[in-house]
This record gives sequence, structure tokens and C-alpha cells, in this order.
Amino acid sequence: MTVDEKLISRLEKLAKLDLTTSEKEKLRKELDDILKMVDKLEELDTDGVDPLIYVLEENNVWRKDRVQGQIKREETFKNAPDSDGEHFKVPKVIDIKK
Amino acid sequence: MAKYSDLASVQQAIREGQTSCKALVAFYLEQIKEHQHLNIYLEVFEEEALQKAAALDKKIQESPEKLGKLWGMVVSIKDVICYQGHKVSAGSKILENFESLFSATAVERILAEDAIIIGRTNCDEFAMGSSNENSAYGPVLNGINPQKIPGGSSGGAAVSVQMDTCLAALGTDTGGSVRQPAALCGILGMKPSYGRISRHGLVAYGSSFDQVGIFAHKTEEMALLLEVMAGADEYDATASKREVPAYSQTLEPLQQPSIAYYRSALEHPGLDEEIRTLMEQQLDEFRRAGYRVEGVDFKYLDYIVPAYYVLTTAEASSNLSRYDGVRFGFRDKEADSLEDMYTHSRTQAFGEEVKRRIMLGTFVLSAGYYDAYYTKAQKVRRLIAEETRRLLSDFDFLLMPTTPAPAWNLGEKTDDPVEMYLADIFTVQANMAGIPGIAFPVGKTGEGLPVGLQLMSNVFEEAKLLSFVKQLGY
Repeated sequence: MTVDEKLISRLEKLAKLDLTTSEKEKLRKELDDILKMVDKLEELDTDGVDPLIYVLEENNVWRKDRVQGQIKREETFKNAPDSDGEHFKVPKVIDIKK
Repeated sequence: MAKYSDLASVQQAIREGQTSCKALVAFYLEQIKEHQHLNIYLEVFEEEALQKAAALDKKIQESPEKLGKLWGMVVSIKDVICYQGHKVSAGSKILENFESLFSATAVERILAEDAIIIGRTNCDEFAMGSSNENSAYGPVLNGINPQKIPGGSSGGAAVSVQMDTCLAALGTDTGGSVRQPAALCGILGMKPSYGRISRHGLVAYGSSFDQVGIFAHKTEEMALLLEVMAGADEYDATASKREVPAYSQTLEPLQQPSIAYYRSALEHPGLDEEIRTLMEQQLDEFRRAGYRVEGVDFKYLDYIVPAYYVLTTAEASSNLSRYDGVRFGFRDKEADSLEDMYTHSRTQAFGEEVKRRIMLGTFVLSAGYYDAYYTKAQKVRRLIAEETRRLLSDFDFLLMPTTPAPAWNLGEKTDDPVEMYLADIFTVQANMAGIPGIAFPVGKTGEGLPVGLQLMSNVFEEAKLLSFVKQLGY
């Protein structure tokens, strides 16, 4: 696996990050090195092995579906970068051109 | 004032009137001031800790029967652990000034037993790092030698105990973030089994790896804190429902423990000579005591770190997608479209290592690569976990170095992520397999830097593990 500029640009879009040209080049090299390390996994035969998803694999946890762990509206907006007290505010999403 | 390394002495001194909770907190605050240059704390809860101490002193006088198990214990918490009404920033600019709306279950439980929280400690951004140089608030320095890193990511937590600014510290361990700094700072550091302590209220990094860990000087304090924090929690479905033993009451010497070690780890070319010697001495000591000691081979040793980085970065990229500048956290106020707001906020406020791991995680989860990397690593994880647990059903313990080298100089390794990642080789196995591990000090290098070894046991065998570490003199 080789990491090229195209891949870096695709990852930037997916991860919503915007890197400078020099950062991109540095990251391209680093990801390349990291993936070389990771490619080692190919050596292992894992046919028929189930992926490990849950570490403990205890029984499923059931609980009653009841309302709990709620916070007050004021608290909801306490850490908000922008709000009107009832909504989180963000830049305009739809712009209708006249 | 005398320095205390265990809770029993603290409680005795208070009972005998030699000191009080308030005097104790005042002493720790003084210690914090004295060591300010080490950048241990991001925030000290000075007034509040003094008030709590005063209330506790009153309780000791008026209703001692109501005292909790942890009375007299002053604790620091890592900056990824939520404490209601207090800031938590995960060492990141993106959460600067974020205030917790609730407390982590671990915090709730220690407070209910009368522990006093003295402040929040510096750490690598989102707990990603092995040197504590990735904090947006500057690196933490090792108290033994300020030219050196303290380890990471819970570097501040480790130094907070090392420099006696509190009696014990809570950190988190995703791939060694408690055991590694404990070893480099010369104290005890424990990572319990995955799911032993609820993760509710931890700022998430790798959710199938993260676990609250404990720093202390003695096993009794670790046992007591574990006993208080562990157990089922309705806010975390992955917290185990297994009964919690009274760890602090079961610290009995073991009769004939058996200990395995990896020959290839001991012969590893990257292992520091002095650490190798100390490890060999420890093995000899076990042999002399008549314990069964065997060198074994672990066929997956070289695959642990690669699989670990695939899985944790995948989980991190997914966990950190919540930082979008909408509901909380940093927002680029200049952005005039939603898309730009997301992208600019994340770009401006995440640090380099966090971006690197998000990018890698995004890659391994992306269409076309998912099966080859992510699923493959999950399969490898099963092989590693099963083989580890099998080994630990034949032996009581696995002994390993904690780190390949003692504390390195600040800035020494930051240019090479692969080298930095490979330094986690001895610690990540416990997180891959979900088993508990304790790093304990065994000596110092010629340069005077602490060396720690690490003992691991099978899943949920914390009682046995703690007993054995106590038997070793802690």
C-alpha cells in the first residue's frame, strides 16, 4: 500500500480536516511508514477467525426503557459556541438565491 | 510536614491529632506550588479542596461512624475524566473551557467515599501519546529529571503522585497510558481488566480499549480505589456485572505463584541493557523464592502494535467525529458555511498527533480498505486475546518490561511516529486482551532514572495481581 496525494485529499474530506501543503506531504510520508508497519498483519492467516468486537463477550445488557439522565435546557447550551437559548445556531445551510 | 505514602498513616496521624484534613490539603497545595514548573496540573481546585477538607475535619469530630472508606485520601484526576461543574479539556484546545455537566461514575464513587479531588492533571491530547508532549497546554516534565519526559498519556497524573502533590491519581490506560508513565516516574500504576470500572464520563479515545487506571505508592491504595470504583453501571453497558471483591481485604501472600516471561522480549534488540539486567535480576529473585519461572514464546508479539494502531485509530476517528463545533467545543467563528465551520474548527483546534490518528483511522475504516485493515486487525485481536488468556491460564502472571527504555529527553522522539508507537510494545498487549496489569518500580539506571517492570494476570484476576505486587514489597 502506497499513500499518495490523492488518498490524503480523500481522507481530508472524509475526516473534515484541511491540511497545508507541507502538512500533507509530512503526513503522506508518515502514513506511508505507519502502513508499512501495519502491512505486517497480512502475514497472519486469519481465515475462519471471527473479528473480536466485544472484549468481554458477557451477555447482552437489558434495561427498562425509561427516561433518565436528562439535563436541563440551560445546561444543554452551557457549552454551546452559539445558541439562541432554544436552538444551536450554525452558519446558514440553505441559501435561496433571488 | 511528613510526606505520606499510604492512607493508613494519613488516617492515623489525623486521628492522633498530628494533622488534619485541612492541613493535609494545605500541604499538598504547597507541594503543587513548589512544582509548578513541571506543568503537572491544568487546574487546581484549591478553595474547593480546602472547604471539603474542613467539612471532613468536622465529620471526623462529630460523626466518625459516617466517614467513607477514602477519608483522608487526596486524589488528582486526569483531564479526560469528567467532574460535574468543573472543566475538562482532554489536553486539547478543542475542549478549552468545556465544563462537565455530569461526573464520571469513577469520580462519583470516590467522592461518595469522602475522597478529596485536588485538581485535574495535564495529559497528551485526547490521551494520545507516550511522552506527554502532545498536550495543547505544554509538556509535563519528569520530577526526577526535568530534562526528561514523564511518559504519557497520563504524564501529569504520574508526576502528581511522584512529587507528592496528592496521595493517588486517576488516569486512563488505552495502550499503556498509566503503566508506562508510572514506570518512567518510579511509582505504581495499574490498569484493571477492560470493563472492571465504568467508562461513563471519560472523554473517549478507543472505546474497546479505554480503562480508568490508578497511580499510587502502595498496593493498599490501589486496591481500595479499585474496590470503590469497580462494578456494574447502568450508564456503561460494557462495564462488567461481575461481583467486585473487597480487594483491600484480600491482599494475602501467594504460596507458589508461577511466572511466565517472553524470551523474545528479554532478548529484544530494542530493549535497554540496564532494563534487561533489572528484569533478569527480578526473574532470578523469583527463582530463588522457589516460584515456577518459565521463558515462553508468544507467536503474535510482532503483530500486537500494528493491530493496536489500526483498531485504536479507527475508534478514535469515529469517537472524535463529535467535535464539529456545533453543540460544544471550539468553533471557527469566521466560517460562513456549515461545511467550512466543521472543517475549520477541527483543523484549527486539533493538534498534530490527533490529526494523524484521525487520518489513519479514517483510512482503515474507508470503503475499499475496511476489510483489509480494520476487520483484519479485529481478527488478529481475537488471536492475540485468546492466546494471551490461554497463556495466563497456565501461569499466574506474565512479567514484562514496561518500556523498552527509561525516560527519554524532551523532543527526542517526536519526529518519528513509528518509533514512538513501537515504544508501546510491552504495554498494549494487556489492552488488546482486556487483562489487568500493574507496573512497579524495580530500580534505577546509572543515570538515576526509574525502571518499572510489569505484571499481568488473567481477566478479572486483580485480587491475585494486587496481592503479588504487595508481596514484592509494595
